[in-house]
Amino acid sequence: MLELIKNTKIDFMGKRKIAFIFSGILSIIGIIAAIQIATGKANLGIDFAGGTSIQLKFEKPVVLHDVRKALEDGGVKDFDLQDLPTVNKVLIRVKKTEQKLGQTSDVVTGILSQKFSDNKYVVDSTTEIGPKVGGKLRADAAKAIGVAVLGILIYVAFRFQFNFGVGATIATFHDVLAVLGVFYVLGHEINLILVTALLTIAGYSLTDTVVVFDRIRENMKTMHKEPLERIMNVSINEVLSRTIITSVTVVLTSAALFFFGGEVIHDFSLAIIMGVVIGTYSSIFIANPIVLVLRKKKAFAKR
Amino acid sequence: MKKKILWRFILIGATVLLAAIFFLPNTPLFKNMPEWWKKDMPDKGITLGLDLQGGIHLVFEVEGDKAVEITTERIAQSLRDIISKKKLNAEITSKGLLITASSSSMEVRKAIEDSYPILMPVETGATITYKISDKEANRIKDSAADQALETIRNRIDQFGVAEPTIHRQGTNEIVVQLPGIKDPKRAIEIIGKTAQLEFKIVDDAAPVAAEMPATVAPGEEEAVLKQFAEKIPAGDEILFEKRVNRETGVVRKIPILLKKQAALTGDLLKEAKVNIDSSRTGYPYVSISFNDAGAKLFDEVTAANIKKRLAIVLDNTIYSAPEIKERISGGNAQISGSFSMDEAKDLTIVLKAGALPAPVKMLQNITVGPSLGTDSIEAGKMAGIIGTLLVVVFMIVYYRLSGVIADFALLLNIILLLGAMASLNATLTMPGIAGIILAIGMAVDSNVLMFERIRDELRAGKTPRVAVDSGYNKAFWTIFDSHVTTLITAAVLFQFGTGPIKGFAVTLSLGVAINLFTALVGTKTIFDLILSRRDVRKLSI
Repeated sequence: MLELIKNTKIDFMGKRKIAFIFSGILSIIGIIAAIQIATGKANLGIDFAGGTSIQLKFEKPVVLHDVRKALEDGGVKDFDLQDLPTVNKVLIRVKKTEQKLGQTSDVVTGILSQKFSDNKYVVDSTTEIGPKVGGKLRADAAKAIGVAVLGILIYVAFRFQFNFGVGATIATFHDVLAVLGVFYVLGHEINLILVTALLTIAGYSLTDTVVVFDRIRENMKTMHKEPLERIMNVSINEVLSRTIITSVTVVLTSAALFFFGGEVIHDFSLAIIMGVVIGTYSSIFIANPIVLVLRKKKAFAKR
Repeated sequence: MKKKILWRFILIGATVLLAAIFFLPNTPLFKNMPEWWKKDMPDKGITLGLDLQGGIHLVFEVEGDKAVEITTERIAQSLRDIISKKKLNAEITSKGLLITASSSSMEVRKAIEDSYPILMPVETGATITYKISDKEANRIKDSAADQALETIRNRIDQFGVAEPTIHRQGTNEIVVQLPGIKDPKRAIEIIGKTAQLEFKIVDDAAPVAAEMPATVAPGEEEAVLKQFAEKIPAGDEILFEKRVNRETGVVRKIPILLKKQAALTGDLLKEAKVNIDSSRTGYPYVSISFNDAGAKLFDEVTAANIKKRLAIVLDNTIYSAPEIKERISGGNAQISGSFSMDEAKDLTIVLKAGALPAPVKMLQNITVGPSLGTDSIEAGKMAGIIGTLLVVVFMIVYYRLSGVIADFALLLNIILLLGAMASLNATLTMPGIAGIILAIGMAVDSNVLMFERIRDELRAGKTPRVAVDSGYNKAFWTIFDSHVTTLITAAVLFQFGTGPIKGFAVTLSLGVAINLFTALVGTKTIFDLILSRRDVRKLSI
């Protein structure tokens, strides 16, 4: 038998204070990010903010500075550029404009065809989203996440105990917020692809938490005289090798996506890798301690 | 025992076969299948989403208020006729959504309300103002959206796009998806054009017509309209003719004063086609012919207005305003303007398909070039293969023979998932691939959960067969719980999510459901087969 982890006896629960502080900071950053997104101040992708994004593929390498200058001279305002030099691609994003949909991309491509007449390009993709749609997509995404979380809370509360439902839900929220916060701090774009990644993370984190809870439930039957804290520690240690192996396999696939999956899913896979790490951490250090804290309060009240 | 295993193998084999049949249309093999197969067996398979295939995804909003406005104006026009026929003393004016009669006497009110019960009075005094009732307005908006959908469908059919998807969304939105289209800009033009064709008489006799500048530069139209707003006679309006100098490409706009009311409209058209003016310029023009009613009206209008100019107006832009030299019977006319061959062709498409009942506004336009789509698929495939290989190798290294079994389950999972998607003719998008990855991750996880349990049991000194059975039983509820919670999430996302999120939810929920089968039936069957030999003392796990 090849084993990475054997008979560990780590006191996970004892480290909950440090974990709470660490996660508290992560969550606060995440909440700030969520507020900034809701008020439209973050680096929102145009699917949420409205605007135009154009991706061009040039025949020969281009200097980003030249593109910027050409657009500025042409009177295009409030845009950012990003390039993928290895494939001669340039991504142009023009934030909310007063113009009618369709005009911005015409203006931009018009200017560039004129200025780069010796370096032909093809339009890889254009995305134009009216401001109304952006708001609707944002609201829909928020609603979907909200209802999904509620459904999970109910199921876990029904299958385990209410406290466990709360623990699982908070841990899941924590992971989503943490990754959102990191993306916000790094200044990466917040778009629908990231939302999909966050949902994937939520799904993964939840599975992880349920696996640990399941073992706790099982051990509660045989160890019913022991304090919950010890049952939790034993259970987490028991499932630790599964936790690590699953995380490793998911990271392996995500890393393959990150390195070979192409630009479209680059940010997606980055988010998943972060999410797996945070999800594994939270199912151990957040979900369980929260149940423990909730239990202790109740026990205290009874006395 | 052995018989039970055989049945389970048959079940697995049957599902794999079924999946293969459904997925076949997505493979090159389908072309080589016999005719009867192509005819009677599933032939759709999985459709690639626009993000993977290239194409455009458009969302238009039908401006329903405009449709109501147009109806209001039409009613006002008809009321004018009614009032004058009854010889009543009232003037009918319409502005936006409101119709005002200059007298609120009983006779006038009765005449109006009897002919149009859908009008509701909103203000009564010396004059009376009406608007169309809310219920009727909603009906008009709804039917405008329906008509717009139908018209857009006709236009796209004539433009010629393979497998377009056109449907209504919400109350007033129309979603158009055109996969694999090469000239997205032209398609957008064709769909979005209102194509309201009108023939209007030019009012050169009014004194203000002589005061207007001969031409202005584009962008100065507003200023001209402002300058002359007060001087325009009642019932007249200023529109602009766009003229492009063919050599220099310079665009000029010519203001023309014309009668607001159209003498003739495009709904009386019978045919429109592109011709080349070979005798003189060599440029394309569009020749149109009216139906019988239109031809008769055209005959009357031209007879009554000889020596005047007749402006041909499309969506409030004048294409040309030739002088009527003589009465024109037969109902043929031509629209010449400075267009290219493609523009002329597109114009015939929109004229033939008819005008939109109201203008449409583009809310969303996602265009993916075919090359990006191909790049994404290639990259996705590559990453998928590398990722899967890494997992496959890892499982074998870590779990040995049992790892091979897990890999078999993984393969089974992928085959069944593709088959299930093909059977539903689902659309595979980038977020959909994300869903598949998560599902595959869960499939691996299920196996890891079981194997770790089995190892626990073996460590406790149990025989392989007992260890496998009790390991499975113990892992069952964990796997069940984690899958159900994921299914809940997926179901909610499917219900509430839009576009990309929905694609994610579909593959994830299918993947999770299939995984329950492969993990709990697939792997177990193989273990049972191995353990059915009598003297298994050691399990490679």
